[in-house]
Amino acid sequence: MGTTDARPEAGKYTGSRVEQSNREVAELANREYKYGWETSLESDTIERGLNEDIIRFISEKKNEPDWLLAWRLKAYRHWQTMSEPTWANVSYPPIDFQQQRYYSAPKRKQQPLNSLEEVDRELLETFEKLGIPLEEQKRLAGVAVDAVFDSVSVATTHSEILEKRGIIFCSFSEAVLKHPELVQQYLGSVVPYSDNYFAALNSAVFSDGSFCYIPKGVKCPMDLSTYFRINAAETGQFERTLIIAEEGASVNYLEGCTAPMRDENQLHAAIVELIAMDNATINYSTVQNWYAGDEEGKGGIYNFVTKRGICKGVNSRISWTQVETGSAITWKYPGCILQGDNSVGEFYSVALSNKRQQADTGTKMIHMGRNTKSTIISKTISAAHGNNSYRGLVQVMPKAANARNYTQCDSLLIGDKCGAHTFPYVEVRNSSSAVEHEASTSKISEDQLFYCKQRGIGPEDAISMVINGFCKEVFDHLPMEFAVEATNLLSVSLEGSVG
Amino acid sequence: MHEVSNATEKEHYIEAIEEMASQKTPEWLATLREDAAKRFAERPLPHRKLEAWRFTNVNPIIRNPFQPIAESGVDQLASSDVHPLLYANDWIELVFVDGWYAPKLSRNAGPGGAAKTAGLHEAIAAEDDLVEAHLGHVLGDGGNVFSDLNTALAHDGALVHIPKNVELDRPIHLVFVSSKTATESVIHPRVLVIADANSEATIIESHVSLAGEPRYFSNPVTEIRLNDGARLTRIKVLDEGPQGYHLSTTQVRQDRDSRFDGFTFSMGGPIGRNELNIVFEGEGAECSLRGLTLTEGSRLVDNAISVEHHAAHCNSWIGYKSVLEDKSHSVFCGRVYVAPGAQLTDSNQLNQNLLLSDKATVNTKPQLEIYADDVKCTHGATVGPPPQELVFYFQTRGMSQAMARGILTYGFADEVVNETPLDPVRDRLDRRVFDKYSPK
Repeated sequence: MGTTDARPEAGKYTGSRVEQSNREVAELANREYKYGWETSLESDTIERGLNEDIIRFISEKKNEPDWLLAWRLKAYRHWQTMSEPTWANVSYPPIDFQQQRYYSAPKRKQQPLNSLEEVDRELLETFEKLGIPLEEQKRLAGVAVDAVFDSVSVATTHSEILEKRGIIFCSFSEAVLKHPELVQQYLGSVVPYSDNYFAALNSAVFSDGSFCYIPKGVKCPMDLSTYFRINAAETGQFERTLIIAEEGASVNYLEGCTAPMRDENQLHAAIVELIAMDNATINYSTVQNWYAGDEEGKGGIYNFVTKRGICKGVNSRISWTQVETGSAITWKYPGCILQGDNSVGEFYSVALSNKRQQADTGTKMIHMGRNTKSTIISKTISAAHGNNSYRGLVQVMPKAANARNYTQCDSLLIGDKCGAHTFPYVEVRNSSSAVEHEASTSKISEDQLFYCKQRGIGPEDAISMVINGFCKEVFDHLPMEFAVEATNLLSVSLEGSVG
Repeated sequence: MHEVSNATEKEHYIEAIEEMASQKTPEWLATLREDAAKRFAERPLPHRKLEAWRFTNVNPIIRNPFQPIAESGVDQLASSDVHPLLYANDWIELVFVDGWYAPKLSRNAGPGGAAKTAGLHEAIAAEDDLVEAHLGHVLGDGGNVFSDLNTALAHDGALVHIPKNVELDRPIHLVFVSSKTATESVIHPRVLVIADANSEATIIESHVSLAGEPRYFSNPVTEIRLNDGARLTRIKVLDEGPQGYHLSTTQVRQDRDSRFDGFTFSMGGPIGRNELNIVFEGEGAECSLRGLTLTEGSRLVDNAISVEHHAAHCNSWIGYKSVLEDKSHSVFCGRVYVAPGAQLTDSNQLNQNLLLSDKATVNTKPQLEIYADDVKCTHGATVGPPPQELVFYFQTRGMSQAMARGILTYGFADEVVNETPLDPVRDRLDRRVFDKYSPK
């Protein structure tokens, strides 16, 4: 892009504001979505459309036991009776579910794979390019990674170290074959297949994902991570994550995602289920950076995700931290069911909608046990034509004596074409519990910018500073590497939209 | 998506509408009613899948075939029955019995004073241009299925007109009384308030019952138009009988630099719903909406508020409180909408709920929908019991726990009462709150 083309961006800083140098502006304008390339790989892709045969095919492909196929079919039949939800504050053309492909996997030269050396070179390079080294010698210190490419898990690192402590961390398909009793016990126990439209769809056609089991009393020695990559065109990605932390166990789990830039929209409908027993802790962090579409709203991922954790045991704790910067449309409400007494649920979120992105995201905190506590901190940033909605539910059941919730949702508006909305629902049925909710919406004030300008800080930096300060409360809950990535992501995503 | 056939539930209302259409009315009114009847037929009756009615179960109203009322029970009432409901000799007080204007029970009403007050039926009969120009137009397409029903079936109510630059020196009190005649009936009172430029007035709207136990359904609609610079205070007291259902709609349209102060006190009736819609159409308009809901038994009160900022430089404040006892249920929905271009909006919203029982339920959803960037909007909600520490403080000073909770509850509720203008109104409300929460 030539500098003259980039000028109008700079031209937004009217009159008094500092002009950016041409070189800088050109540089900024080029810093677009950097994960937008595609890997050309031979892949197994099935025909478009969805019917029982496709589900049988997927199930057979993965050598699944009969009970799982039966469960999938039950979900599919239920899905057919449901209609697509329309209550979310997002708009998109109707999705033709028969035009999607429900399975795509990179072709393997030989099956099964015994070690990483056998994984396709190109595949490894893909993840390397994304900054996710799968080769053990180059591994990120202290993080075990499960990499999911299109519909299948391609590699899981560090399995041996984890195995020594009895931790199971593998792809979902592997778990189905190796630990069917665990999968059968917990699959769908937090998010039943009948939960909602996209959960039912996922339950019918899910292809892979991550499975994690931390046995009693074990503190996971390293962070676990799943990296999702959509590559094939016209395919949907439907993965499931299931994490079980037994009594006294604890785990930090990180999740990241990217996709190529394409003109057509792609569907991503995932399910995450977390189960925390007595005194267990699960920290789940997400940095979501699916391709968001271009300025005109063309292309991008539809991210319709159901995430829910259950604090089953006493003193258990589930914490969700999410940074949502990608996706054309986000529709996700990570929630906690606080069933055990004294259990704690937390939700920290930064959601950014730029260009023509639409996000309807928030959380659900269901207080069932006594002395349960939940905290919700939601920061939303809307820029350009983006629309961002916080939708949350805090429900205190009659038996949840002394339940406590604190909710804070703040919205920041950048530009006069964007929108920020909040739809909190509070339902209390117990007189000894206290629930507080507060929300505010504002823009970056001229005073703040002027103050920075006085000290020689240009508008772009000043805005980035203010935004970082705005999000700090949430970033503080991210693991270090993720926090750095999130900060960078935010500044990249906001390029050209501020002023 | 979720189709509900209300054919049977609507049947008796549609019969009443047809009956109404056979009466002789001016053409404009017939058209207005026809349009409303059409909307009523199209809109579904409330059910749980409708967002606006999600937590408010009005099935007891829908499933009971309330009949239109043939004539008012005014002849069965003496002035001494109504007198305790009135406030002061020199106020303008209009009494309506079962939806019909009762001039002989009213005082200081009529065209004589600085403002015009009249029964709506007589104003229509007298071909008052104001009514034709404004009735139904303030509401427009807004409201809900029940306000449509009101427009289609309303036969009487109040007309209040404050002329330009008039600062009314005395309050106007509209008293809607339900008598025993209203048993098993539905009444549709209608109020139209026009405040011309730079006028100022205070209106109290009371909904009370002299019916005792019998069951009835009151479905009032109030339309308020505030022209440039007009200032209006409106105090609504909802105090229906133990079986008096109440679903009301109030629509306010505000022009440039106008101000609306609304107070809503919800005290009685098994189901009470106050829908209050404010639309800012001119720059610099502002509104302050305060509310107090006191519930006990198995009562349900729903406050559905919507403030739409369509012009720049408008301010809105919403502050609602509720105190819940027993198995009662309070619903609050506050929606603030800021349209594109409505810059420099300042909006605050706070909903506070005091729970005195484990069986009571609170549903609150303060909402913001913002499409402009240079705005300052906040909202907050709290739900909880009287603070333990404070109760303990009182106890250390030798007060019983019941007394401590009573004082704290009274203090919580009385904040809204204390902001109410007009001593007689405030004193009566204060007494009510005090008696309710002082330990027996």
